[in-house]
Amino acid sequence: MLATFTALAEPNRLRIVELLRQGPRPVNEIKDALRLQQPQVSKHLRVLKEAGLVDVQPRAQQRLYELRAEPLQALHQWLEGYRQLWDDRFNEMDELLAELNEKEKNNVRKKRH
Amino acid sequence: MSVKKGTEAERPTTTLELLGDRELVITRSFRAPPHLVFEAWTKPEWVRRWWAPKSRGVEIVECTAQLEVGGRYRYLLRHGENEFGFSGRYTEISPPRRLVYTQCFEAFPGLEAIVTVTFEERNGHTFMSSHELYPSPEAREGALSSGMEDGMRETMDQLDDLVRSLC
Repeated sequence: MLATFTALAEPNRLRIVELLRQGPRPVNEIKDALRLQQPQVSKHLRVLKEAGLVDVQPRAQQRLYELRAEPLQALHQWLEGYRQLWDDRFNEMDELLAELNEKEKNNVRKKRH
Repeated sequence: MSVKKGTEAERPTTTLELLGDRELVITRSFRAPPHLVFEAWTKPEWVRRWWAPKSRGVEIVECTAQLEVGGRYRYLLRHGENEFGFSGRYTEISPPRRLVYTQCFEAFPGLEAIVTVTFEERNGHTFMSSHELYPSPEAREGALSSGMEDGMRETMDQLDDLVRSLC
């Protein structure tokens, strides 16, 4: 999981991943779409490949880079677990806040009378 | 990168977003003014009510907070036979808008996060944003694992593995 996090923490690598969500692409298309230098793109793709986030598919004369779904799904599940923990906490907090709201309204009423 | 999902149509949505490799941001709206949300967030008698969600089979056995700059808080959770302490110190207290504190999972004293919570009024309701800054990507990963399905026991095992892999 940490490899996925680290790979995605670099803004340009995240942009590459987002671009590849639309479909596999060769290096030169990635560099044009994101306005990056080719060596830079190649370096980022290498990191993404090592983290298991992209695969290379040879097609005709080109090498196409495509996303691998598994690490992204695992990451999403991981984040969703933590989000869900806080969501559970906040749902309980809603009940508490409803009580506090009510209490405060009653206090204001009492003060007025 | 963010996760957004509402549990029920009428409930406000909790969002989680990662920033860079050491930060994460949680947001949520509450149907109450900031001063009440601030109170619910900080007063031990209220924290007891929400910090250990019943749905997780976890109970909160100790909950203390000295709400002043430099003051300490400690929440102790129990799951089966295991206890898990979370503690830290308040570094900024500006009710009802802003709160800054450190947060440490006591099993791993080195991994202390800095948490900045803001409560913004919107039409009588509150928009809360909690920004967590971890000392390392590994520490953030450890914290994220505390939401995993089987709760605290699993968290402990995972954090154990994680810390061992760092040594």
